[in-house]
Amino acid sequence: MAKTAIELKNITKTFGSVVANRDVCLSVDHGEILSILGENGSGKTTLMNMISGIYFPDSGQIFIDGKETVIRSPKDAFDHKIGMIHQHFKLVDVFSATENIILGLKGKGKFNIKEATRKVEEISHKYGFDIDPNKKIHEMSVSEKQTVEIIKVLYRGADILILDEPTAVLTPQETQKLFAVLRRMRDDGKSIMIITHKLHEVLSLSDRVAVLRKGEYIGTVKTSETNETELTEMMVGKKISLNIHRSEPKNCEDRLCIEGINCLSREGVKLLDNVSFTAKSGEILGIAGIAGSGQRELLEAIAGLQHIDSGKIIYNNPKTKTQDNLRDKTPLQIRELGVRLSFVPEDRLGMGLVGNMGITDNMMLRSYRKGKTVFLNRKPPHDLAERIISELEVVTPNSETPVRRLSGGNVQKVLVGREISSSPTVLMAAYPVRGLDINSSYAIYNLLNDQKERGVAVIFVGEDLDVLLELCDRILVIGSGRVTGIVDARSATKEEIGLLMTKGKGDEE
Amino acid sequence: MKLSKNHSFHIVKREPPVWYIGLAIRAAAVILALIVSGVIITLLTDKNPIAIYASMIDGAFGMDIRIWSLFQDVAILLCISLAVTPAFKMKFWNCGAEGQVLIGGLATVAVMMFLGDKLPLPILLIIMIAASIIASIIWAVLPAIFKAYWNTNETLFTLMMNYVAIQFVSYFLKSFVKTGSGVLFPMPEFGLPVLFGKQYLLNIIIVAVMTVLVYIYLKYTKHGYEISVVGESENTANYIGINVKKVIIRTLVVSGALCGIAGLLLVGGTNHTINVETAGGRGFTAIMVSWLAKFNPIFMVFTSFLIVFLQKGASQVSTDFRIPQAISDIVTGIILFFIIGCEFFLNYKIVVTKSVKEEK
Repeated sequence: MAKTAIELKNITKTFGSVVANRDVCLSVDHGEILSILGENGSGKTTLMNMISGIYFPDSGQIFIDGKETVIRSPKDAFDHKIGMIHQHFKLVDVFSATENIILGLKGKGKFNIKEATRKVEEISHKYGFDIDPNKKIHEMSVSEKQTVEIIKVLYRGADILILDEPTAVLTPQETQKLFAVLRRMRDDGKSIMIITHKLHEVLSLSDRVAVLRKGEYIGTVKTSETNETELTEMMVGKKISLNIHRSEPKNCEDRLCIEGINCLSREGVKLLDNVSFTAKSGEILGIAGIAGSGQRELLEAIAGLQHIDSGKIIYNNPKTKTQDNLRDKTPLQIRELGVRLSFVPEDRLGMGLVGNMGITDNMMLRSYRKGKTVFLNRKPPHDLAERIISELEVVTPNSETPVRRLSGGNVQKVLVGREISSSPTVLMAAYPVRGLDINSSYAIYNLLNDQKERGVAVIFVGEDLDVLLELCDRILVIGSGRVTGIVDARSATKEEIGLLMTKGKGDEE
Repeated sequence: MKLSKNHSFHIVKREPPVWYIGLAIRAAAVILALIVSGVIITLLTDKNPIAIYASMIDGAFGMDIRIWSLFQDVAILLCISLAVTPAFKMKFWNCGAEGQVLIGGLATVAVMMFLGDKLPLPILLIIMIAASIIASIIWAVLPAIFKAYWNTNETLFTLMMNYVAIQFVSYFLKSFVKTGSGVLFPMPEFGLPVLFGKQYLLNIIIVAVMTVLVYIYLKYTKHGYEISVVGESENTANYIGINVKKVIIRTLVVSGALCGIAGLLLVGGTNHTINVETAGGRGFTAIMVSWLAKFNPIFMVFTSFLIVFLQKGASQVSTDFRIPQAISDIVTGIILFFIIGCEFFLNYKIVVTKSVKEEK
């Protein structure tokens, strides 16, 4: 069976002066799972987009079953039985699974929904998918939607499947289920390429691993002949230690007490359901949960950006020893109360920073009100910008370059740097390492740890359970807007947290 | 193998070019525009394009009076452009400058008519200024309040307010002009003072000062900074505790006040009368001026000059050669098309790629 299904030779793609891929060569056999491993920005998705016809390579060749092939559009890709499952699903919410699957297919005469449903069921059965073909997309969980996307590709007869970071949105249990399905597909002779930057997934799933670094192709190794350290080295280009230093919490005091907050969406759906917890000074409280379980609303409610319907947010001021209820206060009022609350939001360039402004002007966001005149004083923010650039090693031409032109890691350093520069007592960070390379991620972890040691109450919303378990002191698990458990990060296991993540959903039904 | 759909080139984003290359691209655009419009003119009218360009320049700079009138028109257009800029920078699409100017002018003319012979001139002038500014502020702030509190569409709202302003002017002319003709005779005796015997000089000076002030307001004040933040991202503005509603309303007060000054200069300083055409579409042209200058008040001096020059030249051409105004409008259109179109080349470059086949 080990016949080559698809082979890339010297593929190069540039965007302006940025080289996304340079001379990438790789191949996948029939009945094989190949992981494409690389840090964010290493060109994995660009490469896959060229195979699936979204981009066109500047140079290089693609061979399918040994024949040179030109793929100019997603339709060409389908004609060559290549199917890609994107990170962001492309489904019509009000349609059922089957309707979405046959959407866009050309055929003579009327659609035969029954026949299509039968075929969907047949595919589900064959590979062990768990799906109801008549369920509407908007009623589905993220993993069910992903299943629909995969079946959609299989229905069109794909033999080469590309999955772009499929596990990013899944719980550990769902990931295991997906991997079982992928293995069955491999045994059926399909070729599977999976993009990921999670090492343990690579090792448990794939037959071979191709590593990219900054657009360069580093090499392909057999999974059975490698280990985590070697792969990391290939990925990052140098030896790094992947240990997070976790100190014991000291001088813990209750800093922020959340008491039974409820929050409804405009449509009346409960976004936060009786959430209570306490964040203590000198510790990192992790928040785990499936994306969209209420993490954003929770942090925004504390920051004064989200209206809550009931409950209290009590802040214990360490200086004045007073207690303030932050509920229904605007960010400005919270600040005026003397609450030193810093917030690194999930949407860095859309909320935390202004993409078109330079670092100096972004520093000024927090401080521009200072001074009695109507004029801005650019000197202090400029000094702060220069300090952050040198202390956090931000790579930028100068402090006036628009921050949207910086790389993800540097953008995040600017944002975190600004937020900790005001010496906060509470620091909230939502997915602060999303999209960052390993080095930048660890730089951010160290900054959070550093804040904890200074006695800040750190609240860290994360998605990588391994990191949460290594970095935090306690982990709060949130499911469908309610707290499903608070565990000790030193003793809890990933499986335990995974179960808690899905618990909220089960209770509801 | 299919090669029919072969890409022979593709478009790539480029780094912003250094200033002289940017300038060269823009200059090339203008030259290209002149050549293309020359060819079109020759084809359509068999007139000599060089003569037509000469006539354009003559129309704009030919005589003292033309130069003064050119600068007067630049001043008014620039004034309205300055007025729309704070709102546009905030991404509040104010398409109502036309109505805001007109209503400011109407307030001015009403004061001139009803109080002109009752009050001493200095007091009259103060009332004129106040009336015009307040009227325009009301016109601008209404859509802003609705936008801030109920998130209505400001584009439609401001456009509608234009019609209301126009109807107000015609109602005023029908009802209050004593002759019943609906045409109001100019009342220069109640107008703004004339400096050094030059009728337009005061307008030009006022607008020059305003240009500098608006530039400082947008660039160096806290208000200007808040406008930029709200325009770039309302989420960010909320996040750092800017009261977005307040900023929207306050900015439109500024915008309206500047339109009021434009109305005052137009009626009190230039025409001394009003009709429904007084604003003359400048409320819309101003949007183009502001955009072309990327909301920079200093650049707006050049863009408003360019547009007024083209308009003046075009109308001279149609008189000199007895060709329809439409031809000269075509030329203006072509020139603007090239100037705006060259922005593409400032942001992107075209890369020619070899086909897959050739590479083998």
